[in-house]
Amino acid sequence: MIDQAPVLLVVVPLLAGICCLFLRGQLLPWIWAQITTLAVLGIAIHLLFRVLNEGAVTYAMGNWPQEWGISYKIDAINIFVVLIVAFIGCVTTCYARQSIASEIPRDRHHQFYSMWLLALVGLLGITVTNDVFNIYVLLEVSSLTIYTLVAMGKTRDKRALTAAIRYVIIGSVGASFILVGIGYLLMVTGTLNLEDMARAIAALPEPERNRTVVVAFAFLFVGLSVKMALWPVHMWLPNAYGAAPSAVSALIAATATKVGIYMAVRFLFTVFGPDFTFLSLSTTVGQFTFSCSGILLTCACLGVLVTGIQAMQQRELKWILAYSSVGQIGYMVIGLALVNHAGLTGGIVHLLNHALIKGGLFMAAGCVVFRLGSQRLEDLAGLSKRMPITAAAILVGGLGLIGFPLTAGFISKWYLVSGAFEAGLWPVAAVLLTGSLFALIYVWRVVEVMYFTAPPENAVKVREAPLSMLICTWILVGGSVVLGIFAQPTVALAGHAAKQALTGHAQILGLPPVTTVPDPAVQEEVVP
Amino acid sequence: MKEQLVLRVVAKCLIPPILIFGCYIITHGELSPGGGFQGGIVLASAFILHALIHGRATLHQAFPRNLWATIATIGALIFAGVGTYSLLRGGQFLDYGWIVPSHPAKGEPWGMTLVEYGVGLTVCSVMVLIYDMISEPAEDDPTVDEDSA
Amino acid sequence: MSLFATHANYWFAILIMMIGLYGIIAKRNLIKQAIALGIFQTGIFLFYVSMAVINGGTVPVWFLDEAGKKYAGPYDNPLPHCLMLTAIVVSVSVFAVAIAIIVNIKHAYGTIEEDEILNLEAEAAAGSEA
Repeated sequence: MIDQAPVLLVVVPLLAGICCLFLRGQLLPWIWAQITTLAVLGIAIHLLFRVLNEGAVTYAMGNWPQEWGISYKIDAINIFVVLIVAFIGCVTTCYARQSIASEIPRDRHHQFYSMWLLALVGLLGITVTNDVFNIYVLLEVSSLTIYTLVAMGKTRDKRALTAAIRYVIIGSVGASFILVGIGYLLMVTGTLNLEDMARAIAALPEPERNRTVVVAFAFLFVGLSVKMALWPVHMWLPNAYGAAPSAVSALIAATATKVGIYMAVRFLFTVFGPDFTFLSLSTTVGQFTFSCSGILLTCACLGVLVTGIQAMQQRELKWILAYSSVGQIGYMVIGLALVNHAGLTGGIVHLLNHALIKGGLFMAAGCVVFRLGSQRLEDLAGLSKRMPITAAAILVGGLGLIGFPLTAGFISKWYLVSGAFEAGLWPVAAVLLTGSLFALIYVWRVVEVMYFTAPPENAVKVREAPLSMLICTWILVGGSVVLGIFAQPTVALAGHAAKQALTGHAQILGLPPVTTVPDPAVQEEVVP
Repeated sequence: MKEQLVLRVVAKCLIPPILIFGCYIITHGELSPGGGFQGGIVLASAFILHALIHGRATLHQAFPRNLWATIATIGALIFAGVGTYSLLRGGQFLDYGWIVPSHPAKGEPWGMTLVEYGVGLTVCSVMVLIYDMISEPAEDDPTVDEDSA
Repeated sequence: MSLFATHANYWFAILIMMIGLYGIIAKRNLIKQAIALGIFQTGIFLFYVSMAVINGGTVPVWFLDEAGKKYAGPYDNPLPHCLMLTAIVVSVSVFAVAIAIIVNIKHAYGTIEEDEILNLEAEAAAGSEA
């Protein structure tokens, strides 16, 4: 009896998303979507136990052998991201019932939930597949459905349309760059399977002098940077997150860029290998040495600083959260580029922590929009008296963004700063702490308006947001606090993922394992 | 464009062969250049040619818009259904060997053709839907008369 | 000179890609940007398909010789062709989504020139703050 779980992860929401087009009305598509996301979460948890017990799980599509067909492979890095996407998908679907009912016309709900489920198909598929072209196809599936979901916010906010067309153009250019990179790699290696490609690149004499491989790397680097919203090419993100329907903002802020960062980890660490990417590939122009690590760190650090300043200037809540997201993605990329176990653990655990914090914050912003109809800061005056539970959620989420102790943000920052010190990069540690300072400023702007400003006399009389939306918001925000206190499981899982990333390439090539990577089972937990 | 004699007659002669050619392309996808997407586009071009000549309203006379959307969904379900059929029989997803269990090799043409037809149906109906929605005149456009072309 | 002659297909593919990229960056009309995106992706299709050609290669189909036996000569690599079929479908879908959004922009803003839309948005933002 073959375990079909890896492919069911993708096939179940695919079938459900297609069938959802037949269901009319407002409640029925939502029930269908909720059942599907619960089933997907169950399959993801089943896969987690399989990966923890057996190591990597593989699945061959159509029963073709690996070098001829498409195979799915789930190892320690994948399962982490699969769990994030499945869990966030489930909770945001529960949140979406009331939120979408108020933002999208009734006769479009079946199309909305169909696109929702197909977006999950794309995101989950990217995460589990082992075939490079399958990554591109599922990337486009997820991107197309997310473009549509963002554009559906036009009923509430006209800017969703211009945000969507900008996202379409920039996102498609990015994905096309990835396609060109895949083409060069296909020429050089003759295979589309990730592992076989890694072996073929390593078998080349001096891959860093092979112009085809270097050009492939360059195209892939730029394309992946667009998809994960690294700083100079992030321009699609602020308007797309700010103007989309609230449930869509919560879903894509917590999953789409995380899957982009996963793709970057896969290509940089598993296909090209940490030796090629971070050691061999560097050029010296005059006195400056350009290396992949240096470029990633520069872009990420500048991203943290510049978008922090931009977030301080925004006047609308979701735009503040959107610019803050670009900064937090900068943190994750810093963790990636530090290439030591602590830094990589911090970057990978921040995938989960930021997903919870930002997902919760966008849900709270959605609660505010649901009742007040506006997200401008001046309209939030005195929210602590009018909608106390929502305001508390924004406060706790904001503390997570700053990295206050006892929240999940602190855990990730701790590991990132340790990684920066371990690599001897004091400026990076300084940037991480400055980023927290900027977060303090823009979170304080919101908290001050909510808690320390009196509501105007002609303020709209509002009740608290509906119970289902509040519960979903607090599941995520409360989860970030719980994971800040009981961080051991997630940090251990992220540590396994980091070890897999650093040693996976050597494992594929059959080389002896590197002995300098600390074994997370032996390392003591550093949680205060 | 209904009044143009040459256009009308040539379209009348060409549309049936185009439809047959589209099905030919879909069916021969497994052995020679062709396949679901290409054949579906050719099928759609026949419908769009008819709509160009005789007016957009004729698209709705034969098949209402809901039916096009339903055909698209059914095509996608055929594709996913063929894959899931193998899953239910105990094989991998899209493993054609389980379609005819006694002869695994015979299942492959069946599986591929069914999948191609599913894709072809979906592509044809989606293309016709796109043409239909994009050529919709704005409500306040006085120069377009819906019934004539 | 020989670098151009032996690699002519790559030169042309990159040329078409750059024309498309220029259109996306420099054109103000949204439809022209969408068309330029299509041109960019067409350059990529040409790049992949030209990669599949081998010297002395023929179509990847079975032939019958005089005795009626099947044989196949050296054939071009059919894999990039299949990959590009999928990529063409993706390109058409992206174009369709872009056109749908642009039609909605026309209804909402009354124009599809990017600078005019930015002006309208800036006015709306300034108006709501006043």
